[in-house]
Parts: sequence; C-alpha cells; structure tokens
Amino acid sequence: MQQSDFLKVVMPFKDKLYRMAKRLLVSTEEAEDATQEILLKLWTKNKDFESYKNVEAFAMTMTKNFCLDRLKSKQAGNLKLVHSNYQDENTSLQRQLETKDSIGWVQKIMEDLPEQQKMVLQLRDVEDYDFEEISEMLNMQPTAVRVTLSRARKAVREKLLQKHSYGIG
Amino acid sequence: MESDKIETLLEKYFEATSTVAEEESLRTYFSGHAIAPHLEQYAPMFQYFSKAKEERFTKKVPTPKPIWHKQAIYRWISVAAVAVLLFGVYFGREYQERKDAEYAYAETKKALDLLAQNFSKGTEKVAYLKQFEKTKQKIYNEN
Repeated sequence: MQQSDFLKVVMPFKDKLYRMAKRLLVSTEEAEDATQEILLKLWTKNKDFESYKNVEAFAMTMTKNFCLDRLKSKQAGNLKLVHSNYQDENTSLQRQLETKDSIGWVQKIMEDLPEQQKMVLQLRDVEDYDFEEISEMLNMQPTAVRVTLSRARKAVREKLLQKHSYGIG
Repeated sequence: MESDKIETLLEKYFEATSTVAEEESLRTYFSGHAIAPHLEQYAPMFQYFSKAKEERFTKKVPTPKPIWHKQAIYRWISVAAVAVLLFGVYFGREYQERKDAEYAYAETKKALDLLAQNFSKGTEKVAYLKQFEKTKQKIYNEN
C-alpha cells in the first residue's frame, strides 16, 4: 500500500483515535505520542489491511489496548503520582478556564470514571458509534456495553447534579 | 422541540436505549438557546460531548519508508548475487570444457601431424632401401 492510500484510510478516524487516547491518558502529549505510535504500528501492518474487515475498529482496539497498557505500566512503576503532580504544576490557563465553567466539570467527572465506562461513553456519546461497533472494539457483549453506558451516563449526571447544587466552581 | 418529548428522550438516554439519531437530537436541543429551565442541569453534559468532538490530532501521521523495505533490497541483492554466481559457475565450466576439448584436439592434431611426418620420412627411407635392393639384384644377376 502506498503512503497516499494509507493516509486515505487513516485520515477519517485518526482524530477519533487521538480523542480516545486522550480520554484514557488525560495528558495531551501522552495522547499525541500514543496516537503516533498506533498510526506507526498500523503503517507497518498496512499489507494486511485487506484481512481486517474493519480497519477503524481494529485501530480503535489497538488504541484501547495500548493506552491501558500505558496506564498499567505507569501504576506499576509508581509513576502516576509524578504524573499528576506534573499536571497540577502545569495547569494551563485554558484548563483553568475549562474547569471553571460547567462544561469543564463534565470533563473532570469523566476523568474519575472507571476506564470501561470512560471508553464506552467516549465511543458512544462523543464518537457516535453504535453498540455493535463498540462491542467489537472493546471486545464486550452488546448488552454489557448497554449496561456500562447507562451506568456511565447516570454517574455523570449524578456528579453533575451534586456540583450543581453545591455550586462548586 | 417540546420539553416533554425531550424528557422522554432523556429517560431513554440514561437507560441507554436511545438511538444515535435520538442522541443527536438531544445534543442539538441542548446546544440551542431555548432550553427549558428544569432541563438546564443536563445541558453541560451534551454541550461537553459536542465540544469534545471538535478536538483534532494535529501531529503528522508518521509514514516512514518502512525498515523492511531496506531489508528486502538486501535480500534481493543477495538473490541476484547468487544467480550471477550460478551463471558464472555454469558458463565458466562450459567454457573450460570447450577450452579443454580445443586443447585436446590441438594436441591430437599435433601428434598425428608428427606421425604423418615421420611416416613419410620412413617411406622415403624405404625408397632408398628399394634402390639398394634393385642394385643388389643387378649385381647378383651380372655374376
């Protein structure tokens, strides 16, 4: 496969991979690195593209696995603490603004969700995939996807209402 | 859209039984300005999802010339080298054989020439011998 053909295949969903990576890894730089890594892996595998019936779903699964591995190794290496410190010190002006308004709350709330709920919510409410696609990407039963999604949405609602009534900004 | 319809949709939404299209219409509703006051608390959720869609991957898509390409070139070069070597051995041997045959032919010819030469020399000498015999006979006859 030529470079231009590859780009044609990858372009429509590269942003989705990046947003998924960012949802899981939180940090922009980490998400960019992860996305590049995954695109590179895809590029080296592009000879086999015909054998995957859905390259996009395959790429999304790769992203999920890659990011979860990253998180796991970070926790194992006790680097999570360092990472969050780093984040706090470098809170950008834009981020501060984001967390001040209520839209930013939702982002904050989503950061605290369990990974499975995060992913399902991301794939459904941000990327508009249907249940079958999500169950393929996450290797879950469609019913399990539905249950997880419902829980995730309710969790976000609950926390949002809490913040709303406490008036914490 | 009427707020009771939105409420039904919201209920379905939180049970995760709504369709992608219904969720799209929810997002459209909450991105507008005519949100019913009692539903306003849900607005940040849908507004956030709409906003999150807009985030882009701005880095370059990496497509380096694959490393295996270089390896493949080496592989093909070695294949070509082996082919050339085999050709060389094959034709070299054929050439050698022809050379050998030519040499043998030349040697044989030389030997045969030598033989022929000596043979004619011998015949000449035998001619002398005949002359001798003739003369001898003459002498005998005269006596």
